[in-house]
Amino acid sequence: MPAALRSTAGYLAGFASLFLLWHVCSAWLIPSVLFPTPGKVLLKAIELVEDGTLWEQTSASLARIAAGFCLGSLLGIPIGLAIGSFPIVRRLLEPYTEFLRFIPATALITVAVIWFGIGETSKIFLITYTTIFIVIINTAAGVSAVAPNKIRAARSLGASSSQVFFHVALPATVPYILTGMRMAMANSFVTIIAAELVAANNGLGKMIWDSRMYMLVDQIFVALLVLGLMGFVADRLFRWGIYAFAGRFSPVT
Amino acid sequence: MSLVQLAGVSKVYRSLKGSDYVAVRDFSLDIREGEFFCLLGTSGCGKTTVLNMVAGFEQASAGSITIAGRPIVGPAADRGVVFQGDDSLYGWLTALGNVEFGLRMRGVAAAERRQKAEHYLKLVGLAGQDHKHPSELSGGMKQRIQIARVLANEPRMLLMDEPFAALDAHTRADMQHELKRICASTGATVLFITHDIDEAIILADRIGVMHAGPASRLKGTVAVDLSEPERERTHDRFVGVYRQVHEMIRDEVAISLKRAH
Repeated sequence: MPAALRSTAGYLAGFASLFLLWHVCSAWLIPSVLFPTPGKVLLKAIELVEDGTLWEQTSASLARIAAGFCLGSLLGIPIGLAIGSFPIVRRLLEPYTEFLRFIPATALITVAVIWFGIGETSKIFLITYTTIFIVIINTAAGVSAVAPNKIRAARSLGASSSQVFFHVALPATVPYILTGMRMAMANSFVTIIAAELVAANNGLGKMIWDSRMYMLVDQIFVALLVLGLMGFVADRLFRWGIYAFAGRFSPVT
Repeated sequence: MSLVQLAGVSKVYRSLKGSDYVAVRDFSLDIREGEFFCLLGTSGCGKTTVLNMVAGFEQASAGSITIAGRPIVGPAADRGVVFQGDDSLYGWLTALGNVEFGLRMRGVAAAERRQKAEHYLKLVGLAGQDHKHPSELSGGMKQRIQIARVLANEPRMLLMDEPFAALDAHTRADMQHELKRICASTGATVLFITHDIDEAIILADRIGVMHAGPASRLKGTVAVDLSEPERERTHDRFVGVYRQVHEMIRDEVAISLKRAH
């Protein structure tokens, strides 16, 4: 327990120093109306929480991330497993993964808007797109990385090919899948903001864009703060989920 | 009566650059039912290749390999393999889960396989460690899980590829002693690969010495007719067998060193 306490205390101290540095910079080093202090941003945040705006914009972005992330993972995992398991599938699908993964989702925003409009569909499409390739590539790499002796052992213990897949290859790949999903989660945050900056009716990106038009710098900073916090919490939740539900598969132990 | 027969077996690895590598050529060996056979050779002599072919992981390029008269075409539950490293263990399963694995794959009922797995965990000295994961166990304990996992499956034959090579000297001596005891109680037929003459004499009923690779085959066999008290490194009769085996392998070590340079 003292170790856990020490690590929590270290975290809190780290965060405190971040806000202290911000305060020092904004209050004394670069005093400007264009660079609000943490205190001012916090007051603005409280105001936005009270009138409901913050939750409305945040939940809009979160819902898009959740939908696209789940869809992308659900599609990416089986495709990655197939690529990793069958050389023929790898040869057929590698042109897709190796070509498309270099076209960032942000580059597809305009196309997505033209195709699907500025509503939910284009956002979910973009998040799915940014998620799927990372998950595919990590899953396929995981399948290829299964130690050959694990498979050999299973065969000489009497396992059939399908048993080798479900009882050896699949569980051995889980840490890679989870790592891919974690990376995809970070990418989803980048993509959703970019997409909402360009074209959206609501969301944190839209909030940043609108604030810019009225020079509401502290409101922009509220959105930035929420983004950082959301990413941090999402990543923690993901790691916690791995420990709680799949501790023995954990890539971080 | 011989259980496994290798007759005129060759193994050629095709290389992409065109030059083929002949690992073993015209290799013949009979392993008797219930026998503990140690295959001894210098590094790179193809002893693992021989084991992999008996296990069914690799196909012979020529010759025949049979178990109880039937040709070996691939891995099967009648030949359990213990690997040198711990990468064949399933990290997401407990010690018990690993030992039950073969029984579960073959559809043995839960109660029965649990009882069997616990029995063999106890036999290898891991009673009470059932619910630990491999990552929580030491190198020696992990090798014990591998041995229990194979024994629980009750194969006709155990194939062991330098299973104790990565262990420290004390653990290794301990494991050799345990393996001896387990084999005596189960009457298992064993093909055991090693490059350690002492280990071979401590364990084997018969030792086969291989020529240096490539294109290796069996140079000869030595029967180890020692009682348990005589299987002590300092015992005169142990030293006698050691001299005999050393005599056979000495030149091969020199050849393999020369080829390596």
